[in-house]
Amino acid sequence: MSIAEQIVAGDVRATARLLRDIDDQIPSAREFLKELYPYTGKAHVVGFTGSPGVGKSTLVDQIALRCRQDGLTVGILAVDPTSPFTGGAILGDRIRMQRHFLDSGVFIRSLATRGHFGGLTRSTNDMINVLDAMGKQVILVETVGVGQDEVEIVHSAHTTVLVTVPGMGDEVQAIKAGIMEIGNIFVVNKADREGSRKTIRELRTLIDLGLRHRPENGWQPLIVETEALKGRGIEELYHSIQKHREHLLANPQHLEEILWKRARTQLVEALKDQALRTLLERLENRGLPLDTLIRRILNKEADPYSLVHEILNEELR
Amino acid sequence: MERERKLRILIAKPGLDGHDRGARIIARAFRDAGFEVIYTGCHQTPEQIVSTAIQEDVDMIGLSILSGAHTYSFPRVLELLRENRAEDIAVIGGGIFPLEDIPKLKEAGIKELFEPGAKLQDITSWVSENVKPRKALDV
Repeated sequence: MSIAEQIVAGDVRATARLLRDIDDQIPSAREFLKELYPYTGKAHVVGFTGSPGVGKSTLVDQIALRCRQDGLTVGILAVDPTSPFTGGAILGDRIRMQRHFLDSGVFIRSLATRGHFGGLTRSTNDMINVLDAMGKQVILVETVGVGQDEVEIVHSAHTTVLVTVPGMGDEVQAIKAGIMEIGNIFVVNKADREGSRKTIRELRTLIDLGLRHRPENGWQPLIVETEALKGRGIEELYHSIQKHREHLLANPQHLEEILWKRARTQLVEALKDQALRTLLERLENRGLPLDTLIRRILNKEADPYSLVHEILNEELR
Repeated sequence: MERERKLRILIAKPGLDGHDRGARIIARAFRDAGFEVIYTGCHQTPEQIVSTAIQEDVDMIGLSILSGAHTYSFPRVLELLRENRAEDIAVIGGGIFPLEDIPKLKEAGIKELFEPGAKLQDITSWVSENVKPRKALDV
């Protein structure tokens, strides 16, 4: 069996290894992705995003468990930050997901941002495709803890869950634009804490205001109160996710909008990647490695803008 | 512009003792050495450890143990790796071991053992020298 065939048959080792090659930008990984692409498009991709410490991992763990109770297989991609100084990372999302380690219906992969901004990794979309081709029916993507503008998840997931906690009221006000606009479902986790009702009220107001600006897709964002550690509210969250999925299936236009954006992102990213790689190789072959060009900029012999102009004129003729 | 592959390491605590200060410190030292460390917390069974190592495609497993259960859990991890055709994943140990157990564990296939007092720098250097990221898949 070829590697791609093994992955489609659900082989964990082959899948895990390809994910690594993708993450490390090994050129040959593209060949496998090409082979796997026809098998993608079946999974429901659910993104979980929110500030650090709001309980994303615990919610993902609980939703994974709930999916398993319905017999759905689950893939999990969990992103943690890379140190900007050493390039190393401690990936700790699995600590909250221990009960799934021996369940062959759950595949978990921890990812490091590796300098990528936006909440995900540059490899996430490709990895979603691999898990999809592997046959996972639900793919849960947990972003790195985000602030206000890391909204990349919305181009990867069918359903985006934005997680917050009580007591961030002022912050909610401050982040009206950006991240607060991307949630299809809002979760107020740790709802046993003081201020939960207030947070929900504020979210409700924000959502109602937002709806006036974007009424086109007909989806009324849902708000769910949870205490993920105790499992409270998980049933409601699970049903909210299902409800959003049903909404997408009933509104093909809305679904196509999401798929369109995802395909566009993937195409543009792949193009950028490949184009840059090719250009750098050609420069190298012409005896003009990147370092030489950088040196010319530092020596004030050239500026970055003219250099790019020259390079593109030469290479893209 | 191929980047160098990053070393991926699983730090796990098998067995019942919940003292994970050492595991956390070594995880942090590996992070500072530029490795990607998957940390899974305490009370892991060998089965959970090996399953995680395979899903995360790590190059090495570091087992931290203080309870004395290494005579069971270390060989069991190696055995499970073999059963899963994953014996290329290196296994090292850290913690407290009776001196007479060390040769036995090494003979069983544990690549290196670090006892209390081992310098973090020595441990990370050992890893850099002895554990290499695996090769890419062949098309």
